[in-house]
Amino acid sequence: MNAPHPAEKSEPPHPLLELWRYFCMNRGALAGLGIVCLLLFLAAFAETIAPHAAAEQYRDAILLPPAWQEGGSSRFILGTDPVGRDILSRLIYGTRLSLLIGIVSVSLSLGIGTVLGLLAGYFRGVTEIAIMRLMDVMLALPSLLLAVAVVAILGPGLINVMYAIGIVLLPHYARLTRAAVIGEMSKDYVLASRLAGAGPLRLMFDCVLPNCTAPLIVQATLGFSAAILDAAALGFLGLGAQPPTPEWGAMLASALEFIQSAWWVVTFPGLVILLSVLAFNLLGDGLRDALDPKLKL
Amino acid sequence: MAVESKPLLSVHDLRVNFRLDKHDKNSGFAAVKGVSFEIPENSTVALVGESGSGKSVTALAILGLLPPENATVLPGSQILYGGRNLLELPKSALRSLRGKDISMIFQEPMSSLNPVFTVGYQIAEVLRLHMDLTPRQAQTRVVELLNEVGIPDPAAKSIAYPFQLSGGQQQRVMIAMAIACNPRLLIADEPTTALDVTIQKQILELLAALQDKHRMSVLFITHDLAVVGEIADHVVVMRDGEIRERGTNEAVFSNPHDTYTCALLQCRPPLDSRPRRLAVIEDFMDGNCPAPETEVSKRGLSGSEPVILEVRNLGKSFYTREGLFGNREFKAAHGVSFKLPRGKTLGVVGESGSGKTTVGLTLMRLHEATTGEALFEGRDLFLMSKAEFKNYKRRIQIVFQNPYASLNPRFTVGQILSEPLLIHGIGGSDAKRTRLVNELLEHVGLPQVSYHKYPHEFSGGQRQRIAIARCLTMKPDILICDESVSALDVSVQAQVLNLLQDLQDEFSLSYIFISHDLAVVKYMSDQVLVMNQGEVVEYANSDEIYLRPQHPYTQRLLNAIPKAGERIRGKISAN
Repeated sequence: MNAPHPAEKSEPPHPLLELWRYFCMNRGALAGLGIVCLLLFLAAFAETIAPHAAAEQYRDAILLPPAWQEGGSSRFILGTDPVGRDILSRLIYGTRLSLLIGIVSVSLSLGIGTVLGLLAGYFRGVTEIAIMRLMDVMLALPSLLLAVAVVAILGPGLINVMYAIGIVLLPHYARLTRAAVIGEMSKDYVLASRLAGAGPLRLMFDCVLPNCTAPLIVQATLGFSAAILDAAALGFLGLGAQPPTPEWGAMLASALEFIQSAWWVVTFPGLVILLSVLAFNLLGDGLRDALDPKLKL
Repeated sequence: MAVESKPLLSVHDLRVNFRLDKHDKNSGFAAVKGVSFEIPENSTVALVGESGSGKSVTALAILGLLPPENATVLPGSQILYGGRNLLELPKSALRSLRGKDISMIFQEPMSSLNPVFTVGYQIAEVLRLHMDLTPRQAQTRVVELLNEVGIPDPAAKSIAYPFQLSGGQQQRVMIAMAIACNPRLLIADEPTTALDVTIQKQILELLAALQDKHRMSVLFITHDLAVVGEIADHVVVMRDGEIRERGTNEAVFSNPHDTYTCALLQCRPPLDSRPRRLAVIEDFMDGNCPAPETEVSKRGLSGSEPVILEVRNLGKSFYTREGLFGNREFKAAHGVSFKLPRGKTLGVVGESGSGKTTVGLTLMRLHEATTGEALFEGRDLFLMSKAEFKNYKRRIQIVFQNPYASLNPRFTVGQILSEPLLIHGIGGSDAKRTRLVNELLEHVGLPQVSYHKYPHEFSGGQRQRIAIARCLTMKPDILICDESVSALDVSVQAQVLNLLQDLQDEFSLSYIFISHDLAVVKYMSDQVLVMNQGEVVEYANSDEIYLRPQHPYTQRLLNAIPKAGERIRGKISAN
């Protein structure tokens, strides 16, 4: 069906400007972008925004409830944790590490996984068998166990934890990409491009990959939360962020025993993780739609 | 012909709007604009129109299957069946009507059958829902039904899965399912469009016989006026959601008073003559029915033309594994030989599975040839090294059947057309390439603004123009058209055929024109190659083949073409 075109412009707008215009049509995506920007802002200016230092312990204010609850103090708006550190400040400082973990491990697994899946789906045959069976082996191992093994090999530390999580998440992307690529490869436009003389690299990255992005973007935004939680689990096992480093996942993991007595210690890190995952998810959805020419009017 | 009586179903002033944008309540598109017609008892009514005419929407409205989220039936519309307005019936009442009193068959039998259930089970499902039969009774009834629709060995076929049946058999199963509960009205939405001509003829005959036997009414929806000429009692012609013409079969075919009906009839390439250009809808829309073009183009070869491609004994086999060590050979094509002169057209005709597409793809080395040689200007394409072939590759190009799948949805038209230029380093600078692309767009009759648009913004015919333009970027000598116009509406088909004709005259292109549609092949070709099950059964000048078909298979193909179009055309030219 041909939608009526309002005004035929002689010069089309710049692609980025156009992308922005379509992105803005999706209110959810805008909200997601807003939250992500806020998080980035918090991460960049944590020192000036946070009311307290992240590791400073106030011995007189252990397990203080949030300010609006009885017994709360306006000094510690979201309350304090079992050793008297301000939860709000730790959350603000934690933005840095958690965002870093999420972004680094997701881009690592997305990048490598996509390329592997693309190779497997494009070449099929032996290449596919080799890549996909390796991915299956990785999927067969429990993800945390695999991550522990990788960290054990690389040595503990935050950077290595990010690598480990990236490796653990990688098979999902490879599988998704391969399936999408195989679907696209049988379409006539790929054949037409091949007949025009396009080489394998152009076919893979220029022709096929852009048509496979929709499931990848969704998976990547969901993978962001998986990365933060996995990092927390590794931290809990003593392999990731070590106390007193402020990190959302670690804050959540270390306060589990207080879930009955002091709800705020567990709830706020959880809420922040939820909110940031939601924001990235909305952002991803919006990007997927804005990048798809078929959805434009 | 049926006796006139009280109508079984009458549609009165049906108006359906579609909302295009879910956020904007006012963005309406009127798909059906006040359609009224009646379906008398025990008769066949044909609803004819091109894509976008609203014919399928009308059928869906009758069954209450319009998508509720964006379709609205405007108040005042009425679909009366047995004294009740179907549009106001509650859902449960409609559900019990559907499949029992009113049933439907669709265009694509393959996708309308559930692939994981046996066909017997799927037919029995309808029976269980509406007839209250025991499993044993249902099974007997299924075999009866399959027998009735002419499926050989019905008991065995009832436990077959859809993929084990041919396209024609699948459509028969769909018909069996539709008539399972003895419906009063059968809606057939393009039931033969996806089938071969000979199968189409069989299905049409089957439908006519069933209609007569069960004394039901059929609403036959199609884009091809010629098909309905043989089976319809009444014809309703629709365009853009409005009825253009309505009348008995006799009246519409012998004396069409609407110009659009004339146009539809004349856009099809005739079998008995060959006008220089085909009439297109625009020629008619100023209100008069012009006489068919009298200037006739000459086709055929004298034998002395310079040959650009000579194919000798081409064969392509596929192997399927059988058992542990066995390989079974399947000859998709073998012993294919022909000569293609410069600036001429070779038509390749055959039904699905005849190997005609395999020949095209093998010539482009997308399949490795099993035997034979293809001499392009005296050099064998199959023996060339990859590097050497790259230079020849651009001189043979192919236009595919489905214009919706053959263009990369993520590229703008400009990108699609400049990609080959970039790969082959033609044009030099970006500015020069843009100019070349714009020239091409002009050649295929598309406006310059198309450059920055995406394929989905174009109609099927326009997309096929883009695909043709993409082939032309490489200045080929040979263009293989693989069913290139089969997916297009009749009037659009005429436009694309005219375009191909013009391009051939301008660039002296040679075409290998592959199609299952004999009329189109006859119109376009100098020579025709008739293929059946991988073999060439006849190869001669095109007029020769149509006037004096030698092989029985060719004769069968020619007989299967619906002749209604010819009848009317004869009358118009006589007037």
